[in-house]
Amino acid sequence: MKNEFQVIADLIKKDKKVLDVGCADGTLMKFLKDNKNINIRGLEISKEKVQECIAKGLTVIEGNAEKDLKQFPDKSFDYVILSQTLQAFLNPELVLNELLRVGKKAIVTIPNFGYWKVRFHLLLKGTMPVTKTLPDEWYNTPNLHMCTIKDFFHFVKSKDIKIFKSLALNNLNSSIINESNLGVKNLFADLGIFLIEK
Amino acid sequence: MNTEKNIKTLIVKKPLKLDCGKTIKDFPIAYETYGLLNSKKDNAILVFHALTGDQFVTGINPVTNKEGWWSYAVGPDKAIDTNKYFVICSNVIGGCMGSYGPSHKDRDQKIFGTNFPVITINDMVNAQYNLLDHFGIDKLFSITGGSMGGMQVLQFISNFPDKSKTVVPIATTSSHSAQNIAFNELGRQAITADSNWKDGNYTSNDTNPGKGLAVARMAAHITYLSKKGLQEKFGRKLQEREDLKFGFDADFQIESYLRYQGSVFVDRFDANSYLYITRAMDYFDLAKQFNGNLSEAFKNINAKFFIISFTSDWLYPTQENKDIVIALNSIGADVGFVEIESDKGHDSFLLDVPDFLSALKNFLDKSYEEN
Repeated sequence: MKNEFQVIADLIKKDKKVLDVGCADGTLMKFLKDNKNINIRGLEISKEKVQECIAKGLTVIEGNAEKDLKQFPDKSFDYVILSQTLQAFLNPELVLNELLRVGKKAIVTIPNFGYWKVRFHLLLKGTMPVTKTLPDEWYNTPNLHMCTIKDFFHFVKSKDIKIFKSLALNNLNSSIINESNLGVKNLFADLGIFLIEK
Repeated sequence: MNTEKNIKTLIVKKPLKLDCGKTIKDFPIAYETYGLLNSKKDNAILVFHALTGDQFVTGINPVTNKEGWWSYAVGPDKAIDTNKYFVICSNVIGGCMGSYGPSHKDRDQKIFGTNFPVITINDMVNAQYNLLDHFGIDKLFSITGGSMGGMQVLQFISNFPDKSKTVVPIATTSSHSAQNIAFNELGRQAITADSNWKDGNYTSNDTNPGKGLAVARMAAHITYLSKKGLQEKFGRKLQEREDLKFGFDADFQIESYLRYQGSVFVDRFDANSYLYITRAMDYFDLAKQFNGNLSEAFKNINAKFFIISFTSDWLYPTQENKDIVIALNSIGADVGFVEIESDKGHDSFLLDVPDFLSALKNFLDKSYEEN
């Protein structure tokens, strides 16, 4: 399981009710269910991935976060997870608001466009950055609204969203992000992980 | 029709008050079982059949000598694995495969015909509930069915919230739409317009409204398929002829196919039962039973739901299945949902659609492991 998922799992307390939005093949869901006794649900747009989840014995709903989150009542989950997909929505702000409405807390991870390798790629090669966390070319990427850790940090602050924990992830290392080290973390982390609440 | 041999019957002694106000008692429910009930009695699956189905889910139907209606899904090592599960299915009341219906006789030994009480989906499941007592099953492992079978699934779990661990409604709806009612009305009109129908007393008049029933079946059959499926299978292909005959014979393969479907249906199905069962479907509106709030129908249910729809099903489209998912999610129920890609229309749930069968199998087997 990728390190990101381990970090997310560490943020979640045992025996809680969790919704994984864009749960893909259910790897994180399965881990949370087996190791933390989590009452876990998934929402996934890909039919194939939904089938993989069912084969793992996971409860998953085929659907689209932009349309289908509205069916869940307010604060009906302890945590709602959104891993590396916020930037792929037409309206990320709307989705973020929905996550915070449905979940008592939300865990959002974002691929960091401020990561030094991304910056260097554009600066030196002059072409759109392709990295491990951003593997697609400009013409086939699902990402519509790329942002940096700094962008997201400022954005949530401006929307009066409470940040409980923000972590910078670089390969296997995770570290705390705060106001004073934001510039450095924005340069050296390829992924940001935020535990937020509204 | 209705050969007594090979039909297992439970006589329900307990009176059952029907939605129409009448009470029935000492009535037969014809059923069939597959697989073995284990000693803990926790491996039973109650399957509900659709409009024209019956209790003979799989293997050779001993009355029609044809494959059971859900042979692709039910059997040893299949999606509903009879090596593992004890499968029970019964003919709905109002039906014509042994359960109490319009072809039965009343107390005066007169065939009911249209004097049989109008029944509802609610009546059907209340009648079938007696099978649990009969087999000494406290809680089913699962209830499942497609189309009208799915309606019975929804009604059953609403009536008996703690009687099944898992709930699998397939290609169904919580409320029959105007379009659904319209197609059913077309079928009923075809039957009653047949002069052999004789106000429902055809048996005592030694006639059979076969033509009307065949037309009803033909019209309904079109609604079970998709436009794309029909086009791919038949297109404009001609039936055993080189060219058009400039007449009203079955020039096209699709015509011949529908005529065949109509004719074989008449051999196995009772026209009055068709009236009664389609009426029950039309009356089905689960939300209405709860003042318009479908979620209320599923309150206090701990069961795990898994809802399946098909992309090309325009009779019970994905959105109507999703409405059930939404009602369940709004009360925090445990519900999974998948829409299966298939161009076989509403009939997809009866056919060899691998993605459907594997989803059903995985859901059941994984849920059973967690038991």
